[in-house]
Amino acid sequence: MEDNKMLKVSSNPHVRDCESTTTIMMDVLIALIPTTLFGVYNSGDYRMYSALLIFITVTTCVLSELLFQKLLNKKTTINDLSAVVTGLLLALNLPCNFPLWMAVIGALFAIVVVKQIFGGIGQNIMNPALAARCFLFLSFTSHMTNFVIDGVTKPTPLAELKNGDVTTPLRNMFMGNVGGTLGETSTIAILIGAAYLLIRRIIDYRIPFAYIASFSVFILIFGDNRFDLEYLAMHLCGGGLMLGAFFMATDYVTAPITPMGKVIYGIILGVLTGLFRIFGPNAEGVSFAIIFGNILVPLIEKVTMPTVFGYGKKKKGGKKA
Amino acid sequence: MSVLTFRGGVHPKEGKELSKSAPIRKVLPGKEVVLALGQHIGAPASPTVAVGDYVLVNGKVGAAQGAVSANIYSPVSGVVKAVEPRMMANGLKVNCVIIENDDKYEKAKDPFKCDGSKNSILNAIKEAGIVGMGGAGFPTHVKLSPKHPKDIEYIVVNGAECEPYLTSDYRRMIESPEVIVEGLNIILSLFENAKGIIAIEDNKMDAIIKMRGYIKNYDRISIKTVYTKYPQGGERTLIKAVTDREINSKMLPADVGCIVNNIDTVCAIYQAVKNNQPLISRIVTVSGDAIKNPCNLEVCVGTSIADIIEEAGGFKGQPEKIISGGPMMGTAIFDINTPVTKGTSAILCFSKDEVAKHEASNCINCGRCVDVCPAHVLPARLALHAEHGNVDEFVKMKGLECCECGCCSYICPAKRNLTQSIKTMRKSVLASKKK
Repeated sequence: MEDNKMLKVSSNPHVRDCESTTTIMMDVLIALIPTTLFGVYNSGDYRMYSALLIFITVTTCVLSELLFQKLLNKKTTINDLSAVVTGLLLALNLPCNFPLWMAVIGALFAIVVVKQIFGGIGQNIMNPALAARCFLFLSFTSHMTNFVIDGVTKPTPLAELKNGDVTTPLRNMFMGNVGGTLGETSTIAILIGAAYLLIRRIIDYRIPFAYIASFSVFILIFGDNRFDLEYLAMHLCGGGLMLGAFFMATDYVTAPITPMGKVIYGIILGVLTGLFRIFGPNAEGVSFAIIFGNILVPLIEKVTMPTVFGYGKKKKGGKKA
Repeated sequence: MSVLTFRGGVHPKEGKELSKSAPIRKVLPGKEVVLALGQHIGAPASPTVAVGDYVLVNGKVGAAQGAVSANIYSPVSGVVKAVEPRMMANGLKVNCVIIENDDKYEKAKDPFKCDGSKNSILNAIKEAGIVGMGGAGFPTHVKLSPKHPKDIEYIVVNGAECEPYLTSDYRRMIESPEVIVEGLNIILSLFENAKGIIAIEDNKMDAIIKMRGYIKNYDRISIKTVYTKYPQGGERTLIKAVTDREINSKMLPADVGCIVNNIDTVCAIYQAVKNNQPLISRIVTVSGDAIKNPCNLEVCVGTSIADIIEEAGGFKGQPEKIISGGPMMGTAIFDINTPVTKGTSAILCFSKDEVAKHEASNCINCGRCVDVCPAHVLPARLALHAEHGNVDEFVKMKGLECCECGCCSYICPAKRNLTQSIKTMRKSVLASKKK
């Protein structure tokens, strides 16, 4: 049979799961829809502007990735949608009235410096969107901390908490009509997206749960109002913790691959965030905690190697006779 | 009734419905029968016939060499045309005895006898040339002769059939449960302290119910339902599921008091001990979307794969990939004019190759491979060390524990060929260790 020449051969396995990098990124984008929509809605007079801001960061991310890869004669990877996710996450980490040109610089930093120079998708050691946020925060601090809600500049609930004069009701912090970056204000919107990711098994529950748990313990012990659950709830809902725990800390590339490592990574993030928020000069601490945690990942992995099958505790065997 | 399982594994599309309801049909070999002398683990058999000799059905054509080896018998009568290296399905050239089938099927007198004593049972299994028919092809008489037979507590019959598309074991359980139970009983007679377990995945409830009806009179045999998940039928994962004992790659099942046998192997043991019948045929599932009539065939060893595809109605459209064995662990074949061996569990023909459809991209560190790995190693890291030729790190991270089941490549969203990289490195490390 001459057709034999046409047969394909390859190593096993010969079937593949339908999930791909692109479908995973798509799921993350879907999970971010509630948060994004609420962020735009919550921008008040800046609704159109914030939508434009999101559009600009996403386009800059995608185009800069495309351009970088074209210039360096690399295979383009914009179809995997990871640049879209980075762009969207970056926008969600900015105030709704953030200057566009600064946002463009942030997006370029995220894709070119943090992602592509390190080798593109999967190779970056820090979360691109968060690294860009920290970069913008340090470069344009006043613009990054100027939050407008209902037409007036207001401190975020976290800043109120830090100064000790909270006027924002907890309910608002949970629903999201408070000051803050585009994506961080609505806890409920983030939880809806997080539930989607957990149910679809896109993210592992270990990191966010260990993160939130260790952060809670830290705040209860070291916070200004010790063992005050309402104070803790404000810390959980009033800042970027939820967005960070479910959408940033769970970034595959910059989190440990080992099951135990994920727990330890989450605990470290929780402690660092608590440390930065309570003892640091700034009200917020999530982004720096995660970036710092990212750098520790190789070490965490090294000490959390799983027990290989057949090397665990000795099971009763045939030797007893 | 609890459903037993292990940690890790994947759920590929089963595809068993294609051939599930097709009863086993016996197929006679074609004009030329190619009997490979090395179709088992261990030393190849040495030919006992020469060109021009006339052989009969059940006539020995290859004699086992050394302790780990197996005899080879002819399934046809005819003249030996050649003794020469021929291509096998996996692409390797192996010395073969080629017989011109005269279609008379004249039978030789029984090549061995069994009087029911332990020694004669083991001798019959050895003489019959029985090897593990799940694919590995380890000589069964060696497996059944552990150092301390009294320490064996469980004889596990592997009816999990976790590979997608495969239905040959299922058909055996439905059509001849009594042979399986009696075959297991024969093995149990060798190990006085052992219990017999027939492990079946819970997607074959009818087989479980049927088999239960046949074990009533055997108080040492029980049926255990295992969770439908690949690789549930792997030796290590199956032992873990039914006995909660773990073995690593350096151990044998006997080290934890277990011996695992494939369904077809148990049937072959029955035939050898009860009917003095050497191993000359096996059940092969012929399936896949490019096969006209997916079916389960009883095929003589040495039959050309092209012939049995013809028996299954031939191709429906142009196949792009043909696999010998299951889609998870089987070998892609490039020439269908190669013979069926004792380890050929299936011939699967697909009109589209799922592997070629995807291009591998960067690892995104998602950890899915870690979640599904039944050996609990880190496939993504091992594959990287393998690709970089980093032998020391590969060994340190227990790369040799990989069972090559394919779960990591299957699940990888970046479509990386993790199994291939790890497998290649593993083979080279093991080969250099042997030196």
